[in-house]
Amino acid sequence: MSSDAMVIRAAEASGKPWVETLHEWVTTVDHKRLGILYILYALVFLVIGGIEATIMRIQLMWPHNDFVSPQVFNRMFTMHGTTMIFFVAMPVLFGFANYLVPLMIGARDMAFPRLNAFSFWLTALGGFLLYFSFVGGSGLYGGGNAPDVGWWAYAPLTARAFSPGHSSDYWTIAVLVSGFGSIGTAINLIATIFSMRCPGMKLSRMPLMVWLNLVMSGMVLIVITPLSAAQIMLLVDRYLGGHFFDTQAGGSAAIWMHFFWIFGHPEVYILVIPCFAFMSEIIPVFSRKPIFGYPVMVGATVCIGFVSMSVWAHHMFSIGMSSYSNAFFTLTSMVVGVPTGIKIFNWLGTMWGGKLIFKTPMLFCIAFLFQFLIAGLTGIMLAVSPFDWQLTGSYFVVAHFHYVIVGGILFAVFAAFYYWYPKVSGRMLNESLGKLHFWLFVIGFHLTFDLMHIPGILGMPRRIYTYEPGRGWDTLNLLVTIGAFVQGIAVLVFVWNLVFSYFKGLRAGNDPWDAWTLEWSVSSPPPEYNFATIPTVASRRPLWDRKHPEDPDSRYE
Amino acid sequence: MLVILAGILLAAGLCIAGPQATNPVPSIFEPHSTPADSILDLSNFVLGITGLIFLVVATLLTYAVVKFRSKAGEAQREPAQVYGSTQIELAWTVIPILIVVVLFLATARVLHAIQDAPKPAAAVEVTAIGHQFWWEFRYPHLGVVTANELHIPVSDPAHPTPTFLKLLSADTDHSFWVPQLAGKTDLIPNRINETWVDPHRTGLFLGQCAQYCGTQHAKMLLRVSVETPEAFQAWVNAQKQPAIQDEKEAAGRRVFENTACVNCHAVGGTNATGRFGPDLTHLMSRATIAAGAAENTKENLRLWIQKPDAIKPGSLMPAMQLTDADLDALVRYLETLK
Repeated sequence: MSSDAMVIRAAEASGKPWVETLHEWVTTVDHKRLGILYILYALVFLVIGGIEATIMRIQLMWPHNDFVSPQVFNRMFTMHGTTMIFFVAMPVLFGFANYLVPLMIGARDMAFPRLNAFSFWLTALGGFLLYFSFVGGSGLYGGGNAPDVGWWAYAPLTARAFSPGHSSDYWTIAVLVSGFGSIGTAINLIATIFSMRCPGMKLSRMPLMVWLNLVMSGMVLIVITPLSAAQIMLLVDRYLGGHFFDTQAGGSAAIWMHFFWIFGHPEVYILVIPCFAFMSEIIPVFSRKPIFGYPVMVGATVCIGFVSMSVWAHHMFSIGMSSYSNAFFTLTSMVVGVPTGIKIFNWLGTMWGGKLIFKTPMLFCIAFLFQFLIAGLTGIMLAVSPFDWQLTGSYFVVAHFHYVIVGGILFAVFAAFYYWYPKVSGRMLNESLGKLHFWLFVIGFHLTFDLMHIPGILGMPRRIYTYEPGRGWDTLNLLVTIGAFVQGIAVLVFVWNLVFSYFKGLRAGNDPWDAWTLEWSVSSPPPEYNFATIPTVASRRPLWDRKHPEDPDSRYE
Repeated sequence: MLVILAGILLAAGLCIAGPQATNPVPSIFEPHSTPADSILDLSNFVLGITGLIFLVVATLLTYAVVKFRSKAGEAQREPAQVYGSTQIELAWTVIPILIVVVLFLATARVLHAIQDAPKPAAAVEVTAIGHQFWWEFRYPHLGVVTANELHIPVSDPAHPTPTFLKLLSADTDHSFWVPQLAGKTDLIPNRINETWVDPHRTGLFLGQCAQYCGTQHAKMLLRVSVETPEAFQAWVNAQKQPAIQDEKEAAGRRVFENTACVNCHAVGGTNATGRFGPDLTHLMSRATIAAGAAENTKENLRLWIQKPDAIKPGSLMPAMQLTDADLDALVRYLETLK
């Protein structure tokens, strides 16, 4: 991986022995280095989670395939889901936030650098624990190895009667520990944003990237808490004779669902809001216009933050809630679509009348807009609770949330990679490889996830390791698997591009995109402590003001 | 989106093109029961609205991408810097809110119609109990117990005889899903759920467990046989009988009653009263074994008893380790349970 390459190169450059460089990285409290560590860590797990997905897709290529046993298949989808959410999406987004927020607000580091390092290493420990279950999960009972209860681990499948051994414990503790890491990072981001802004950087002048990460951090503080509480209750159930979720002894399975989804749904927004942030930084620069409706964008995000906490039970329409509860959660789930729609319209407004430049980051942004639109519309279908009774738990819902997480979040993360890689490494990512990566990924993505909606409509439930022939699912599943391989190849192209460009990429200079936020005013990579003198800003686009002294933004805001 | 819509139409076409006999594709676009019907009507309405939204927004996006691309050789001037517009923001806030109101009202109507439907006196009542990894069906008023294959009468809209299912679970969460009859309702331990269906035509309808319930979630299949009132009554009468006692197969019966079989399985009229596995009183009246995982044939029964993992790895049926002679006798006995 490029982490080793980076370490070695840094060592060569400084003439220090590599052990010393390694020691520096392990003990670092620098926000930029921690940001890079978060991102590399997420990339490693992205590849692992991708391999797990590939194993599942091979198994489902045709009916009654026996590539893996049902036990292995169940572990694969549990590990894939847990890995991708907690150890890929969260860390990669925290990594970008860690790296960019201090630079964008003109600060020299995060508010609590040591807490920052602590949070990263907690998250790292969580991922390690989850995967250590492959070795330690059998426990004394010989039951299972890796967790196989699904990433939302519904009760009472996690009770000791149904999940002997320690696999569920590894799952519980891994999620619990990484949750503490997330809370640490959220506190850190909030403190940094509130107290470390440079002179002139009023709240109303913060880049949207910073605003959106502020909202995301606030949500993390609120919703990780019930998740952690539920994990602790589960451990109490399993080892101290508690009966919270133990249905054999009068506990409630539905309570676990509520605890999980009051985390689980806002979590989707915790992941997607930083991606909205990437869009809001990248689209303006490649449209050569300021973001359309900045105050509305901030307001819509805060609105999403609040409303998204009242929608969780739309994951539970089939558990037999009353018609009034179902109606309430239908309404809130549709309402959250309104501010989200407003955001899409504002990005469209930003592009309207601009001069669009189709570099790789912008290509990923445009694909994001189309795909996120579709993901939102299938989300409206799922919000319609009677429609949801047919769609939930089927492959339709799997296709829907992969449209959000891959078509939305992952595309946005790729855009962010292509956009900020020059700042982090000092070199441009290769454009030809980037375009190859983009097109391969677009083709693979649509082949897989467009078609995946249809078996769900034809009655195929999710989480089944095999299926009966003759139900109209066979050909579709084969095509879905082929698409997964195309995506896998695209990711390999991307990883190769990261490594190749690190050594051979064009020199980036300070400001390769002619952008407007403060991170582009310093060298690439930025010096230690970022700013020799703390900058002063007078508008939302400080570098625009510097480049256009005759027509600065500060005149209009 | 277009691809999805095209796919949906294709899928719907596949179903309609099929012969009038029951189509094995359990598509939600081919409903045969009131709940599934009204869900489909609502779904078509929602698909129409979301399709329209997609067309409008995607057209605007495509137009912007094509129209506003920077042209090569153009002077390096920045475009006009526009910061926003209150009127436009208001427009694209209010219109979506109106759409939400419409969708919500349409949804609330269907919700009420399905969930709060009164139970007519003529309704058939069934208690469905989810087990790892099979279905138990009990008809409390008819005195019938069966497994995995639900038999219900067709419901004439003029004189409706819907089936109301009380949903329970013996272990983990499950979900009852027969797409052509109704949407999903979960079976959750320590909780009583309810759903209902009123099939408008006879035939076999396929479904399966739709909530992950453990190792063999995939092979917890579900078959619903919808019959004319006469055929249903005949089936009930047959099921109410105790097991046939064929003295020619006494040896096989002894194997059954002297091994662990009786711990889990019941055979009406004998001392086998286990509740952990399916009731076998009328085993041979069922088309499948192992919750639909295999056809109910002599070879499959034999394999299922001796090596359940060959059919359904991870199922809770233990391998019985019988001698060949005992196994043959046992299978012959089971085959008398008509």
